[in-house]
Amino acid sequence: MTWIRRAVELLAPALLILGTALLALEVSSYLQAYFLDTLVKVAIVVALYVFIGNSGVLSFGHVSFVAVGAWTAGVLTVPEDQKRITMPGLAHFLLTTSVGNVASLVLAAVVGGIFAFAVGLPLMRLSGLAAGIATFGVLEITNNVLTYEQRIGPGLNAFSSVPSTTGIWQATIGGLVCVVVAYAYQRTRFSRMLRATREDPAAAAAAGISIYRQRLLAFTLSGALAGFAGGLYVHLQPLQAGSLSLNLTFVTLAMLVVGGSGSLLGAVVGALALNGIFSFFSAATNTVDVLGWSFTVPSGTAELTLGMLMAIVLILRPNGLTGGRELSLPRRRSVADLEKARATT
Amino acid sequence: MTLAFLNLTWPTFANGLALGGVYALMAVGIGLVFGVLRLVNFAYGQLIMAGAFALAFGSQWGFPNWASILFCFGVVLGLSVLMDLLVFRPLRTHSPAVMLVATFAVAFLLQNIALLAFGPLGKSAGALAILNAPWDIGGVFIKKIAVISFATAVGCLVILQLLLTRTPLGLHMRAAAMDFRTARLLGVRANWVISGAVIVSGLFAAVSAVMLSVQELTVVPTFGTQDTILVLAGVVLGGLNRPIPATLGGFSIGFANGILGGVLPSNQSQYLPSFLFAAVIVVLLVRPNGLFARGGGTVERV
Repeated sequence: MTWIRRAVELLAPALLILGTALLALEVSSYLQAYFLDTLVKVAIVVALYVFIGNSGVLSFGHVSFVAVGAWTAGVLTVPEDQKRITMPGLAHFLLTTSVGNVASLVLAAVVGGIFAFAVGLPLMRLSGLAAGIATFGVLEITNNVLTYEQRIGPGLNAFSSVPSTTGIWQATIGGLVCVVVAYAYQRTRFSRMLRATREDPAAAAAAGISIYRQRLLAFTLSGALAGFAGGLYVHLQPLQAGSLSLNLTFVTLAMLVVGGSGSLLGAVVGALALNGIFSFFSAATNTVDVLGWSFTVPSGTAELTLGMLMAIVLILRPNGLTGGRELSLPRRRSVADLEKARATT
Repeated sequence: MTLAFLNLTWPTFANGLALGGVYALMAVGIGLVFGVLRLVNFAYGQLIMAGAFALAFGSQWGFPNWASILFCFGVVLGLSVLMDLLVFRPLRTHSPAVMLVATFAVAFLLQNIALLAFGPLGKSAGALAILNAPWDIGGVFIKKIAVISFATAVGCLVILQLLLTRTPLGLHMRAAAMDFRTARLLGVRANWVISGAVIVSGLFAAVSAVMLSVQELTVVPTFGTQDTILVLAGVVLGGLNRPIPATLGGFSIGFANGILGGVLPSNQSQYLPSFLFAAVIVVLLVRPNGLFARGGGTVERV
């Protein structure tokens, strides 16, 4: 019976993603864009969860892996003749190399992972505030370099003519890939060891767990997922360096914390709930119809609502909506258990 | 009198000192609240933004300068007290990570309120532009604001040092920063000390808002955000827990920012944030508890 229990842990988030995808098929193509955006956000938040959820250490740097993944996938898929026009400063090797859609996503994941590994190699030795500020530094440096370096991308401009292949299928499959990888990692002994260091670093170290090595492994894996999500993102909409910075970091962290950073379900629920609300209010700036009652809100309401919701959830439920737990079936107690329980009371 | 070293000139040097002074004030503002609450206030930059908007509105409504500045102080202090009551207080017992993300939320919220109310282009900040005029000091022309910023910062820090070492409130604040629970057991009133720290920190935010907005043409909703991130890096660089290391950390990053911004040619100075953060990361790798920290700190997970 335990396999059913395990399956539910994976199925709950996966079904949520599939449900979102099914809903997206029903709505108009204008509204579908919001659903696709939500699915990509799910991928990013799940990537964040792999490191933050398992290690309990906050990272502000993951959006830089998203950005690097987006740059990789974007630069490699823009058609060559377009590259010469929109990104004249590009390095020769990048100018002449083009790959297909799937290959670009895989490369985005690889580059994201390698970058995270390289960054984590020194940084995972830090802890506490020093680690937080250092990952912040990584975000700022990456953003700064991507904004001004025209040999590796469009610089200050937004990407143009990246094939928009992130449709409903790619977004759904991408989200599912992230969830399955996160779940698979979660079942390994490495994740268990990392969770042990989260609960009690001293005890975990005493039991022979290398905190540094386990954190580095999770950091690399989550960097790879973030890079992959960045690839999905750049195939969805024209991105620019400015949109892959502080605001996205805040929004994705908010989703993770509001959902409950301790569980995969929390990451998915947080991303769906917050991005759903966010999208609703963004759409409402151009009038929406709710049960025959149409209304319009000023732009900026979406961000405002998000910030307020997040503050409220943090005050009322600091462990997030899911309380950091996976969905689990109610445990059926055997007669022997009941006897034992009665004996102890 | 010349200072010929690379491209370094006296005015650049003075600007570096001035920016260092303002960053030092911000660093102490963040460090004081961290000391008593164990909370890194990300929304500090938004306090400064609010102050700068208050100044801009004051001059738009035709207030005399002293009234605008007073208005700015009122807005910033009111906002920081509100922040304490509505957010810090309910979250005081939670983990540092939750509190950090909560201040992130507050920062985001305030920034978007400003965006909604004043638009992305912001307001023109002409109130104290007259201070950008130079003073002739021994044949060297130095902006008035640079001298005033540095002098004000030093003055504020001296007053703070006196407050911390010569008054009962200061004694309580230092005790609380060292060990909050023990301090409470010994009769330090938690709310009093926290309110004290929040108010002093708010005052410093208001002073920084006045100083920073002089050199800007417009006040936008992201005003102060980049500065706050740099200051946070500086504070951690120095060592968060005590005022003097925090001050030194904030000063050094502001000084480096000001000097390098003036010395580097523009095709390099666009990478200035990268240089600064790379330097911060390297220092943190060598000295994780901060440059000026004594002994080993406690392990914290944020």
